[in-house]
Amino acid sequence: MDKNTKIKNWPRHTIQTVWAALTNSHVSGFVTGKIYTGKMKNVCVPGLNCYSCPGATGACPIGSLQAVIGSWNFKFAYYVVGFLIFVGALLGRLVCGFLCPFGLIQDLLNKIPFPKKIRTFRGDNVLRKLKYVIFLVFVIILPMFVTDIMGQGAPYFCKLICPAGTLEGGLPLVLLNKAMRGAIGWLYIWKNAILIVTIVLSVIIYRPFCRYICPLGAFYSIFNKVSVYRYHVDMEKCVHCGKCAKVCQMEVNPVEDANSLECIRCGRCRQACPVQAISCGLRKQ
Amino acid sequence: MKKLTQSRGTGLALAAVGVLMMAFGIYRGEMMVVLTKAVNICMECIGIG
Repeated sequence: MDKNTKIKNWPRHTIQTVWAALTNSHVSGFVTGKIYTGKMKNVCVPGLNCYSCPGATGACPIGSLQAVIGSWNFKFAYYVVGFLIFVGALLGRLVCGFLCPFGLIQDLLNKIPFPKKIRTFRGDNVLRKLKYVIFLVFVIILPMFVTDIMGQGAPYFCKLICPAGTLEGGLPLVLLNKAMRGAIGWLYIWKNAILIVTIVLSVIIYRPFCRYICPLGAFYSIFNKVSVYRYHVDMEKCVHCGKCAKVCQMEVNPVEDANSLECIRCGRCRQACPVQAISCGLRKQ
Repeated sequence: MKKLTQSRGTGLALAAVGVLMMAFGIYRGEMMVVLTKAVNICMECIGIG
């Protein structure tokens, strides 16, 4: 990258931090070990934010989706799916870049120096498809069909995979509640192992959870190409210098596909462009 | 197809579908399931149950 190209990440990190603070503003929960139980939890937040986090003031959309699908009386979640379609159709994966607390955590972890950061590897593109499989299997199919005698399915993604739940809910609640410490079993160990792997990988690879695992990112990615907010590359201005692709931490080439499924709309490419050929915002047409 | 994806109308139409689905979900009481799940500690989510 050109030494003169200075990418400013702090404005985005500021928005991410403010949003994470707003959606986790039940501060007393972190002292008492009790979660917020007010009416605001009727409403989903756009990013991945465990509702069992002591600070959470809203509901996690992926947890909510599994809860409704897995409930005995509903087998389709119009409310949550409608919410996800609404957000996705307006913003696409801008949510991943700006409004996801777990995305922020991975962003910050990736700032930790490491001798050999990995940008991409053989099989990277194939592995990125895994998040769609996880969405279908763990968020939809298992909660819908693997049910108990009451006809209720468990939130399998949250239970078996989600490291955000472990970090935001599991660790603080277990630390603050003696009774929960006594209930720790193999599942807690398994989930903490996933969390540790995610943390270590986040230092080495940029946003590994978002790239390969996150079902929420998978869902929003479908809308990247049709969302109202989107990126545009002016090919008449573009000088094909390749700087935009070089600075993209999600390994997207905006010139080839300005609204790639993998683009989290962080805006680094726009900053790197020497001729201001990349723009973003609401579509004119 | 390209025209369809590049049209702002597609995004707005989908957003409207989302709103309608949300309204229908709220009407049939899905919000209560979300609230009930969200105000109780989710043992599966935190790795206990």
